[in-house]
Amino acid sequence: MKKRVVITGMGVAAPNGHGLRDYEEALRQGRSGIRFIPELKDLNFACQIGGIPQGFDSVRKSYFDHEKLLSINDNIGYASVSAVDAWTDAGFQVPDSEDDRVDWDTGVIVGSGIGGMDTIAKTVVPMVNEGKVRRMGSRIVEQVMNSGTSARVAGLLALGNQVTSNSSACSTGNEAVIDGMQRIRMGLAKRMLAGGSEGASPYIWSGFDSMRVICRKFNDDPEKASRPMSATACGFVPGSGGAILILEDLESARERGARIYAEVLGGALNCGGHRMGGSITAPNPEGVKRCIRMALADAGIEPGEIDAINGHLTATFADPMEVHNWSEALGRGPEHFPYIHSTKSLVGHCLGAAGAIECVAVALQLYKGFLHPSVNCEDIHPDIADFADRIPQTCVEYPGLRTIAKAGFGFGDVNSCIIFRKWEG
Amino acid sequence: MDEQKIFQEMVNILRTYTKDVSLLDKATKETHILNDLKVNSARLVDVIIKCEDVFEITIEDDEADKIGTIGDAIALIQKKLN
Repeated sequence: MKKRVVITGMGVAAPNGHGLRDYEEALRQGRSGIRFIPELKDLNFACQIGGIPQGFDSVRKSYFDHEKLLSINDNIGYASVSAVDAWTDAGFQVPDSEDDRVDWDTGVIVGSGIGGMDTIAKTVVPMVNEGKVRRMGSRIVEQVMNSGTSARVAGLLALGNQVTSNSSACSTGNEAVIDGMQRIRMGLAKRMLAGGSEGASPYIWSGFDSMRVICRKFNDDPEKASRPMSATACGFVPGSGGAILILEDLESARERGARIYAEVLGGALNCGGHRMGGSITAPNPEGVKRCIRMALADAGIEPGEIDAINGHLTATFADPMEVHNWSEALGRGPEHFPYIHSTKSLVGHCLGAAGAIECVAVALQLYKGFLHPSVNCEDIHPDIADFADRIPQTCVEYPGLRTIAKAGFGFGDVNSCIIFRKWEG
Repeated sequence: MDEQKIFQEMVNILRTYTKDVSLLDKATKETHILNDLKVNSARLVDVIIKCEDVFEITIEDDEADKIGTIGDAIALIQKKLN
Protein backbone atom coordinates (compact mmCIF):
# COMPACT_ATOMS: atom_id res chain seq x y z
CA MET A 1 0.00 0.00 0.00
CA LYS A 2 1.34 3.41 -0.93
CA LYS A 3 2.36 5.72 1.86
CA ARG A 4 0.48 8.96 2.51
CA VAL A 5 2.40 12.19 2.04
CA VAL A 6 1.93 15.35 4.08
CA ILE A 7 3.50 18.81 4.19
CA THR A 8 5.25 19.51 7.49
CA GLY A 9 7.32 22.58 6.69
CA MET A 10 7.51 25.40 4.17
CA GLY A 11 9.83 28.23 3.21
CA VAL A 12 9.16 30.95 0.68
CA ALA A 13 10.99 33.92 -0.83
CA ALA A 14 8.35 35.55 -3.01
CA PRO A 15 8.27 38.98 -4.62
CA ASN A 16 5.54 40.04 -2.19
CA GLY A 17 6.88 38.45 0.97
CA HIS A 18 9.69 36.48 2.59
CA GLY A 19 8.67 33.90 5.16
CA LEU A 20 5.28 32.36 5.83
CA ARG A 21 3.90 35.13 8.03
CA ASP A 22 4.76 37.92 5.61
CA TYR A 23 3.63 35.90 2.60
CA GLU A 24 0.28 34.99 4.19
CA GLU A 25 -0.33 38.62 5.03
CA ALA A 26 0.48 39.64 1.45
CA LEU A 27 -1.85 36.96 0.06
CA ARG A 28 -4.73 37.96 2.33
CA GLN A 29 -4.29 41.65 1.54
CA GLY A 30 -3.84 41.10 -2.18
CA ARG A 31 -0.46 42.84 -1.88
CA SER A 32 1.46 42.98 -5.14
CA GLY A 33 5.20 42.38 -5.35
CA ILE A 34 5.53 43.85 -8.84
CA ARG A 35 7.81 46.86 -9.13
CA PHE A 36 9.39 49.11 -11.77
CA ILE A 37 12.94 47.86 -12.48
CA PRO A 38 15.16 50.76 -13.67
CA GLU A 39 17.77 48.35 -15.06
CA LEU A 40 15.22 47.00 -17.55
CA LYS A 41 14.51 50.52 -18.77
CA ASP A 42 18.23 51.22 -19.15
CA LEU A 43 18.55 48.05 -21.23
CA ASN A 44 15.67 49.03 -23.56
CA PHE A 45 13.32 46.27 -22.47
CA ALA A 46 9.73 46.77 -23.56
CA CYS A 47 8.68 45.29 -20.21
CA GLN A 48 10.32 47.33 -17.44
CA ILE A 49 8.65 45.73 -14.43
CA GLY A 50 9.16 42.51 -12.53
CA GLY A 51 8.61 40.58 -9.35
CA ILE A 52 11.77 40.36 -7.22
CA PRO A 53 11.92 39.40 -3.51
CA GLN A 54 12.55 42.75 -1.86
CA GLY A 55 15.56 43.51 0.30
CA PHE A 56 16.84 40.01 -0.25
CA ASP A 57 20.56 40.78 -0.28
CA SER A 58 20.45 41.55 3.41
CA VAL A 59 18.29 38.48 4.05
CA ARG A 60 20.79 36.23 2.33
CA LYS A 61 23.69 37.77 4.23
CA SER A 62 21.93 37.14 7.52
CA TYR A 63 21.60 33.41 6.75
CA PHE A 64 25.02 32.37 5.48
CA ASP A 65 28.66 32.99 6.36
CA HIS A 66 31.05 34.92 4.12
CA GLU A 67 32.56 31.74 2.71
CA LYS A 68 29.24 30.25 1.58
CA LEU A 69 28.07 33.57 0.16
CA LEU A 70 30.96 33.50 -2.30
CA SER A 71 29.17 30.87 -4.37
CA ILE A 72 25.50 31.61 -3.73
CA ASN A 73 24.08 33.44 -6.73
CA ASP A 74 20.53 34.77 -7.00
CA ASN A 75 18.93 31.49 -7.95
CA ILE A 76 20.75 29.39 -5.37
CA GLY A 77 20.20 32.08 -2.73
CA TYR A 78 16.42 31.94 -3.01
CA ALA A 79 16.49 28.13 -2.80
CA SER A 80 18.95 28.07 0.09
CA VAL A 81 17.09 30.57 2.28
CA SER A 82 13.77 28.82 1.55
CA ALA A 83 15.32 25.44 2.40
CA VAL A 84 16.62 26.65 5.76
CA ASP A 85 13.26 28.27 6.54
CA ALA A 86 11.32 25.14 5.58
CA TRP A 87 13.65 22.86 7.53
CA THR A 88 13.35 24.86 10.74
CA ASP A 89 9.61 25.35 10.18
CA ALA A 90 9.31 21.55 10.12
CA GLY A 91 10.96 21.38 13.53
CA PHE A 92 14.51 20.43 12.52
CA GLN A 93 17.77 22.18 13.30
CA VAL A 94 20.25 23.28 10.68
CA PRO A 95 23.32 21.11 11.36
CA ASP A 96 26.77 22.52 11.97
CA SER A 97 29.06 22.09 8.97
CA GLU A 98 31.56 20.32 11.27
CA ASP A 99 28.90 17.76 12.31
CA ASP A 100 29.57 14.66 10.16
CA ARG A 101 26.17 13.02 10.61
CA VAL A 102 24.14 12.62 7.39
CA ASP A 103 20.34 12.33 7.22
CA TRP A 104 20.06 9.40 4.79
CA ASP A 105 16.25 9.44 4.87
CA THR A 106 15.79 12.93 3.44
CA GLY A 107 16.38 14.03 -0.16
CA VAL A 108 15.99 17.10 -2.34
CA ILE A 109 14.26 17.79 -5.63
CA VAL A 110 14.62 21.50 -6.31
CA GLY A 111 14.94 22.80 -9.85
CA SER A 112 14.75 25.94 -11.89
CA GLY A 113 13.59 26.93 -15.34
CA ILE A 114 16.66 28.76 -16.57
CA GLY A 115 18.80 28.92 -13.45
CA GLY A 116 22.23 30.48 -13.02
CA MET A 117 22.01 32.80 -16.01
CA ASP A 118 23.32 35.80 -14.05
CA THR A 119 26.60 34.00 -13.37
CA ILE A 120 26.86 32.91 -17.00
CA ALA A 121 26.12 36.39 -18.33
CA LYS A 122 28.17 38.46 -15.90
CA THR A 123 31.17 36.20 -15.42
CA VAL A 124 31.48 33.24 -17.77
CA VAL A 125 30.75 34.87 -21.14
CA PRO A 126 32.79 38.08 -20.66
CA MET A 127 35.81 36.29 -19.18
CA VAL A 128 35.86 33.54 -21.78
CA ASN A 129 35.50 36.08 -24.58
CA GLU A 130 38.40 38.10 -23.16
CA GLY A 131 40.60 35.00 -22.99
CA LYS A 132 40.63 35.05 -19.18
CA VAL A 133 39.47 31.51 -18.44
CA ARG A 134 42.41 30.96 -16.12
CA ARG A 135 41.17 33.75 -13.90
CA MET A 136 37.56 32.63 -13.53
CA GLY A 137 38.32 30.81 -10.31
CA SER A 138 36.69 27.82 -8.67
CA ARG A 139 33.14 28.98 -8.12
CA ILE A 140 31.59 28.94 -11.58
CA VAL A 141 30.53 25.33 -12.08
CA GLU A 142 28.75 24.94 -8.76
CA GLN A 143 26.65 28.02 -9.58
CA VAL A 144 25.76 27.25 -13.19
CA MET A 145 25.32 23.47 -13.09
CA ASN A 146 21.65 22.55 -13.39
CA SER A 147 21.82 20.77 -10.04
CA GLY A 148 23.38 23.77 -8.29
CA THR A 149 20.30 24.47 -6.18
CA SER A 150 19.69 20.96 -4.89
CA ALA A 151 23.42 20.40 -4.35
CA ARG A 152 23.72 23.49 -2.19
CA VAL A 153 20.62 22.62 -0.16
CA ALA A 154 21.89 19.08 0.48
CA GLY A 155 25.17 20.47 1.80
CA LEU A 156 23.53 23.03 4.06
CA LEU A 157 21.33 20.41 5.71
CA ALA A 158 23.52 17.26 5.40
CA LEU A 159 20.91 15.35 3.40
CA GLY A 160 21.79 11.94 2.00
CA ASN A 161 18.81 10.60 0.04
CA GLN A 162 18.26 11.39 -3.66
CA VAL A 163 19.44 14.93 -4.45
CA THR A 164 18.59 16.29 -7.88
CA SER A 165 17.28 19.28 -9.80
CA ASN A 166 14.48 18.89 -12.29
CA SER A 167 13.61 21.29 -15.08
CA SER A 168 10.35 21.52 -16.99
CA ALA A 169 10.04 25.26 -17.64
CA CYS A 170 7.09 26.80 -15.81
CA SER A 171 5.99 23.41 -14.51
CA THR A 172 9.26 22.83 -12.64
CA GLY A 173 8.10 23.57 -9.10
CA ASN A 174 4.98 21.45 -9.38
CA GLU A 175 6.91 18.62 -10.97
CA ALA A 176 9.35 18.62 -8.05
CA VAL A 177 6.45 18.25 -5.61
CA ILE A 178 4.95 15.36 -7.59
CA ASP A 179 8.29 13.58 -7.99
CA GLY A 180 9.02 14.06 -4.30
CA MET A 181 5.58 12.70 -3.39
CA GLN A 182 6.20 9.61 -5.55
CA ARG A 183 9.53 8.88 -3.91
CA ILE A 184 7.98 8.98 -0.44
CA ARG A 185 4.97 6.93 -1.56
CA MET A 186 7.32 4.22 -2.79
CA GLY A 187 9.05 4.14 0.56
CA LEU A 188 12.37 5.32 -0.86
CA ALA A 189 12.59 8.38 1.39
CA LYS A 190 10.95 9.59 4.61
CA ARG A 191 11.17 13.22 3.63
CA MET A 192 11.82 15.17 0.45
CA LEU A 193 12.51 18.88 0.16
CA ALA A 194 10.62 19.78 -3.00
CA GLY A 195 10.39 23.10 -4.77
CA GLY A 196 11.95 25.48 -7.22
CA SER A 197 13.81 28.73 -7.61
CA GLU A 198 14.62 31.27 -10.28
CA GLY A 199 17.00 34.21 -10.32
CA ALA A 200 16.00 37.77 -11.15
CA SER A 201 18.01 38.60 -14.21
CA PRO A 202 17.52 40.60 -17.40
CA TYR A 203 19.41 37.79 -19.11
CA ILE A 204 16.67 35.33 -18.12
CA TRP A 205 13.84 37.69 -19.03
CA SER A 206 15.25 39.01 -22.32
CA GLY A 207 14.12 36.04 -24.40
CA PHE A 208 10.55 36.44 -23.17
CA ASP A 209 10.69 40.18 -23.87
CA SER A 210 11.79 39.58 -27.45
CA MET A 211 9.01 37.00 -27.87
CA ARG A 212 6.58 39.75 -26.85
CA VAL A 213 4.90 37.48 -24.32
CA ILE A 214 5.57 39.68 -21.29
CA CYS A 215 3.64 42.74 -20.21
CA ARG A 216 4.71 45.99 -21.88
CA LYS A 217 1.73 48.27 -21.26
CA PHE A 218 1.90 48.84 -17.51
CA ASN A 219 5.41 50.15 -16.91
CA ASP A 220 3.89 53.20 -15.22
CA ASP A 221 1.58 51.18 -13.01
CA PRO A 222 3.43 48.00 -12.00
CA GLU A 223 0.96 46.73 -9.39
CA LYS A 224 -1.78 46.67 -12.04
CA ALA A 225 0.36 44.85 -14.60
CA SER A 226 -0.23 41.18 -13.75
CA ARG A 227 -3.83 40.69 -14.92
CA PRO A 228 -4.76 37.00 -15.17
CA MET A 229 -8.29 36.41 -16.52
CA SER A 230 -8.71 40.10 -17.35
CA ALA A 231 -9.96 41.44 -20.69
CA THR A 232 -6.94 43.79 -20.61
CA ALA A 233 -4.32 41.14 -19.80
CA CYS A 234 -1.36 41.75 -22.09
CA GLY A 235 1.31 39.23 -21.17
CA PHE A 236 2.85 37.87 -18.02
CA VAL A 237 5.04 39.85 -15.64
CA PRO A 238 8.41 38.17 -15.12
CA GLY A 239 9.09 37.12 -11.56
CA SER A 240 11.72 35.42 -9.44
CA GLY A 241 12.19 33.85 -6.03
CA GLY A 242 12.03 30.42 -4.50
CA ALA A 243 10.00 28.11 -2.30
CA ILE A 244 10.49 24.71 -0.72
CA LEU A 245 8.02 22.33 0.88
CA ILE A 246 9.01 19.57 3.29
CA LEU A 247 7.07 16.55 2.08
CA GLU A 248 6.97 13.80 4.68
CA ASP A 249 5.75 10.25 5.08
CA LEU A 250 2.66 10.50 7.33
CA GLU A 251 4.01 7.84 9.70
CA SER A 252 7.24 9.76 10.17
CA ALA A 253 5.35 13.02 10.70
CA ARG A 254 3.11 11.39 13.31
CA GLU A 255 5.99 9.70 15.11
CA ARG A 256 7.72 13.00 15.71
CA GLY A 257 4.51 14.92 16.40
CA ALA A 258 5.01 17.27 13.49
CA ARG A 259 2.57 20.03 12.61
CA ILE A 260 0.86 19.15 9.32
CA TYR A 261 -0.23 21.87 6.89
CA ALA A 262 -1.97 19.70 4.30
CA GLU A 263 -1.89 16.32 2.59
CA VAL A 264 -0.65 15.86 -0.96
CA LEU A 265 -3.43 13.55 -2.11
CA GLY A 266 -2.11 12.99 -5.61
CA GLY A 267 -0.76 14.46 -8.78
CA ALA A 268 -0.03 13.89 -12.44
CA LEU A 269 2.43 14.95 -15.11
CA ASN A 270 2.19 14.71 -18.87
CA CYS A 271 2.94 16.40 -22.18
CA GLY A 272 0.60 17.30 -25.01
CA GLY A 273 3.08 16.07 -27.59
CA HIS A 274 2.97 19.39 -29.46
CA ARG A 275 -0.09 18.15 -31.37
CA MET A 276 -3.82 19.05 -31.50
CA GLY A 277 -3.07 22.77 -31.22
CA GLY A 278 -0.14 22.32 -28.87
CA SER A 279 3.41 23.40 -29.68
CA ILE A 280 6.65 24.02 -27.86
CA THR A 281 5.10 27.27 -26.56
CA ALA A 282 1.37 26.44 -26.39
CA PRO A 283 -0.59 23.74 -24.60
CA ASN A 284 -2.51 20.96 -26.30
CA PRO A 285 -5.91 21.30 -24.55
CA GLU A 286 -6.37 17.53 -24.56
CA GLY A 287 -3.08 17.13 -22.72
CA VAL A 288 -4.17 19.66 -20.10
CA LYS A 289 -7.54 17.97 -19.51
CA ARG A 290 -5.97 14.50 -19.35
CA CYS A 291 -3.46 15.75 -16.79
CA ILE A 292 -6.20 17.17 -14.57
CA ARG A 293 -8.24 13.95 -14.78
CA MET A 294 -5.16 11.83 -14.09
CA ALA A 295 -4.44 13.90 -10.97
CA LEU A 296 -7.99 13.39 -9.71
CA ALA A 297 -7.72 9.65 -10.34
CA ASP A 298 -4.36 9.49 -8.59
CA ALA A 299 -5.81 11.34 -5.61
CA GLY A 300 -8.85 9.04 -5.61
CA ILE A 301 -11.40 11.87 -5.55
CA GLU A 302 -14.34 12.98 -7.67
CA PRO A 303 -14.34 16.29 -9.62
CA GLY A 304 -17.13 17.59 -7.38
CA GLU A 305 -14.81 17.50 -4.37
CA ILE A 306 -12.60 20.30 -5.71
CA ASP A 307 -13.39 23.48 -3.76
CA ALA A 308 -10.90 25.74 -5.48
CA ILE A 309 -8.39 25.87 -8.30
CA ASN A 310 -5.07 27.64 -8.09
CA GLY A 311 -4.49 27.91 -11.81
CA HIS A 312 -1.45 28.37 -13.98
CA LEU A 313 -3.17 31.59 -15.21
CA THR A 314 -0.30 33.82 -16.28
CA ALA A 315 -2.15 36.80 -17.83
CA THR A 316 -1.80 35.79 -21.47
CA PHE A 317 -4.30 34.87 -24.19
CA ALA A 318 -4.27 31.33 -22.78
CA ASP A 319 -6.14 32.17 -19.55
CA PRO A 320 -9.70 31.82 -20.94
CA MET A 321 -8.72 28.57 -22.62
CA GLU A 322 -7.34 27.30 -19.31
CA VAL A 323 -10.59 28.08 -17.48
CA HIS A 324 -12.60 26.22 -20.14
CA ASN A 325 -10.19 23.29 -19.98
CA TRP A 326 -10.74 23.07 -16.22
CA SER A 327 -14.50 23.21 -16.75
CA GLU A 328 -14.46 20.40 -19.28
CA ALA A 329 -11.98 18.27 -17.35
CA LEU A 330 -14.04 18.52 -14.16
CA GLY A 331 -17.39 18.31 -15.96
CA ARG A 332 -18.50 21.39 -14.04
CA GLY A 333 -20.05 24.36 -15.85
CA PRO A 334 -20.03 27.94 -14.56
CA GLU A 335 -22.91 27.36 -12.15
CA HIS A 336 -21.12 24.50 -10.38
CA PHE A 337 -17.56 25.63 -10.89
CA PRO A 338 -15.05 25.76 -8.00
CA TYR A 339 -13.42 29.03 -7.02
CA ILE A 340 -10.51 29.81 -9.32
CA HIS A 341 -7.70 32.29 -8.75
CA SER A 342 -4.17 33.18 -9.75
CA THR A 343 -1.31 33.78 -7.32
CA LYS A 344 0.58 35.22 -10.29
CA SER A 345 -1.69 38.26 -10.12
CA LEU A 346 0.31 39.17 -6.98
CA VAL A 347 3.82 37.93 -7.69
CA GLY A 348 4.07 37.70 -11.49
CA HIS A 349 5.26 34.56 -13.18
CA CYS A 350 8.24 33.23 -11.26
CA LEU A 351 9.03 30.66 -13.98
CA GLY A 352 10.78 27.65 -12.44
CA ALA A 353 9.86 28.85 -8.96
CA ALA A 354 6.22 29.58 -9.82
CA GLY A 355 4.78 26.17 -8.97
CA ALA A 356 6.58 25.99 -5.64
CA ILE A 357 5.69 29.55 -4.55
CA GLU A 358 2.05 28.88 -5.50
CA CYS A 359 1.97 25.46 -3.79
CA VAL A 360 3.00 27.20 -0.57
CA ALA A 361 0.07 29.59 -1.08
CA VAL A 362 -2.25 26.60 -1.55
CA ALA A 363 -1.06 24.82 1.59
CA LEU A 364 -1.29 28.02 3.67
CA GLN A 365 -4.84 28.65 2.46
CA LEU A 366 -5.94 25.11 3.32
CA TYR A 367 -4.29 25.32 6.73
CA LYS A 368 -5.76 28.72 7.58
CA GLY A 369 -9.08 28.45 5.68
CA PHE A 370 -9.04 31.35 3.24
CA LEU A 371 -8.70 32.12 -0.45
CA HIS A 372 -6.59 35.07 -1.52
CA PRO A 373 -7.95 37.55 -4.05
CA SER A 374 -7.09 37.26 -7.70
CA VAL A 375 -6.34 40.91 -8.36
CA ASN A 376 -6.48 43.05 -11.49
CA CYS A 377 -9.38 41.23 -13.13
CA GLU A 378 -12.19 43.69 -12.42
CA ASP A 379 -12.77 43.48 -16.18
CA ILE A 380 -13.16 39.72 -16.57
CA HIS A 381 -12.31 38.48 -20.04
CA PRO A 382 -15.57 38.18 -22.03
CA ASP A 383 -14.86 34.54 -22.93
CA ILE A 384 -15.15 33.59 -19.25
CA ALA A 385 -17.78 36.10 -18.17
CA ASP A 386 -20.01 33.26 -16.95
CA PHE A 387 -17.31 32.26 -14.44
CA ALA A 388 -16.94 35.77 -12.94
CA ASP A 389 -18.70 34.84 -9.69
CA ARG A 390 -16.17 32.09 -9.06
CA ILE A 391 -13.15 34.39 -9.18
CA PRO A 392 -12.51 35.93 -5.73
CA GLN A 393 -11.61 39.60 -6.04
CA THR A 394 -11.29 40.06 -2.30
CA CYS A 395 -10.02 37.66 0.35
CA VAL A 396 -12.57 34.94 1.11
CA GLU A 397 -12.66 33.49 4.62
CA TYR A 398 -13.45 29.83 3.94
CA PRO A 399 -13.18 27.61 7.04
CA GLY A 400 -14.75 24.69 5.15
CA LEU A 401 -12.13 24.76 2.41
CA ARG A 402 -10.93 21.16 2.01
CA THR A 403 -9.51 20.52 -1.44
CA ILE A 404 -7.52 22.64 -3.88
CA ALA A 405 -6.25 21.63 -7.31
CA LYS A 406 -3.01 23.31 -8.36
CA ALA A 407 -1.83 23.28 -11.95
CA GLY A 408 1.18 24.39 -13.94
CA PHE A 409 1.68 24.36 -17.69
CA GLY A 410 5.04 25.06 -19.28
CA PHE A 411 6.88 25.62 -22.53
CA GLY A 412 7.43 22.22 -24.05
CA ASP A 413 3.67 21.57 -23.78
CA VAL A 414 4.28 20.03 -20.34
CA ASN A 415 1.55 19.88 -17.71
CA SER A 416 1.33 19.23 -14.00
CA CYS A 417 -1.59 19.03 -11.61
CA ILE A 418 -1.52 18.42 -7.86
CA ILE A 419 -4.44 17.77 -5.49
CA PHE A 420 -3.97 19.12 -1.96
CA ARG A 421 -6.30 18.43 0.95
CA LYS A 422 -6.68 20.13 4.31
CA TRP A 423 -5.27 17.98 7.10
CA GLU A 424 -8.09 16.99 9.42
CA GLY A 425 -6.20 14.50 11.55
CA MET B 1 58.74 43.04 0.51
CA ASP B 2 59.73 41.54 3.86
CA GLU B 3 58.50 38.19 5.07
CA GLN B 4 56.25 39.62 7.78
CA LYS B 5 54.47 41.87 5.29
CA ILE B 6 53.91 38.96 2.90
CA PHE B 7 52.62 36.86 5.83
CA GLN B 8 50.08 39.55 6.72
CA GLU B 9 48.92 39.86 3.12
CA MET B 10 48.51 36.05 2.95
CA VAL B 11 46.39 36.06 6.10
CA ASN B 12 44.21 38.78 4.57
CA ILE B 13 43.81 36.78 1.37
CA LEU B 14 42.92 33.60 3.27
CA ARG B 15 40.33 35.41 5.40
CA THR B 16 37.87 35.31 2.49
CA TYR B 17 38.09 31.54 2.10
CA THR B 18 38.38 30.45 5.76
CA LYS B 19 35.02 29.60 7.35
CA ASP B 20 36.27 30.09 10.90
CA VAL B 21 38.35 33.25 10.63
CA SER B 22 39.42 32.96 14.28
CA LEU B 23 41.78 30.19 13.14
CA LEU B 24 43.80 32.88 11.39
CA ASP B 25 44.49 34.67 14.68
CA LYS B 26 46.99 31.96 15.67
CA ALA B 27 48.23 31.19 12.17
CA THR B 28 51.98 30.78 11.63
CA LYS B 29 54.16 29.92 8.67
CA GLU B 30 53.61 26.25 9.57
CA THR B 31 49.80 26.51 9.34
CA HIS B 32 48.49 24.19 6.62
CA ILE B 33 45.91 25.91 4.41
CA LEU B 34 43.68 22.87 3.86
CA ASN B 35 44.25 20.82 7.01
CA ASP B 36 44.47 23.54 9.64
CA LEU B 37 42.38 26.35 8.18
CA LYS B 38 39.86 23.90 6.60
CA VAL B 39 39.81 25.85 3.36
CA ASN B 40 37.84 23.97 0.68
CA SER B 41 40.46 22.46 -1.64
CA ALA B 42 38.70 23.86 -4.72
CA ARG B 43 39.25 27.38 -3.36
CA LEU B 44 43.04 27.09 -3.58
CA VAL B 45 42.61 28.22 -7.19
CA ASP B 46 41.01 31.44 -5.95
CA VAL B 47 43.77 31.95 -3.36
CA ILE B 48 46.41 31.66 -6.10
CA ILE B 49 44.57 34.14 -8.36
CA LYS B 50 44.31 36.60 -5.49
CA CYS B 51 48.03 36.20 -4.71
CA GLU B 52 48.85 36.95 -8.35
CA ASP B 53 46.79 40.15 -8.15
CA VAL B 54 48.07 41.35 -4.77
CA PHE B 55 51.77 40.63 -5.39
CA GLU B 56 51.69 41.28 -9.14
CA ILE B 57 53.28 37.93 -9.98
CA THR B 58 52.38 34.87 -12.05
CA ILE B 59 52.19 31.47 -10.39
CA GLU B 60 52.37 28.42 -12.63
CA ASP B 61 50.14 25.41 -12.00
CA ASP B 62 52.98 23.10 -10.95
CA GLU B 63 54.23 25.76 -8.52
CA ALA B 64 50.75 26.15 -7.05
CA ASP B 65 50.47 22.39 -6.57
CA LYS B 66 53.41 22.49 -4.13
CA ILE B 67 51.82 25.03 -1.77
CA GLY B 68 50.64 23.36 1.44
CA THR B 69 51.39 25.80 4.24
CA ILE B 70 51.35 29.56 4.51
CA GLY B 71 55.15 29.34 4.65
CA ASP B 72 55.25 27.50 1.31
CA ALA B 73 53.30 30.35 -0.25
CA ILE B 74 55.55 32.99 1.33
CA ALA B 75 58.68 31.25 0.02
CA LEU B 76 57.28 31.07 -3.50
CA ILE B 77 56.14 34.69 -3.46
CA GLN B 78 59.54 35.88 -2.14
CA LYS B 79 61.28 33.95 -4.91
CA LYS B 80 59.01 35.54 -7.52
CA LEU B 81 59.49 39.04 -6.15
CA ASN B 82 63.28 38.85 -6.07
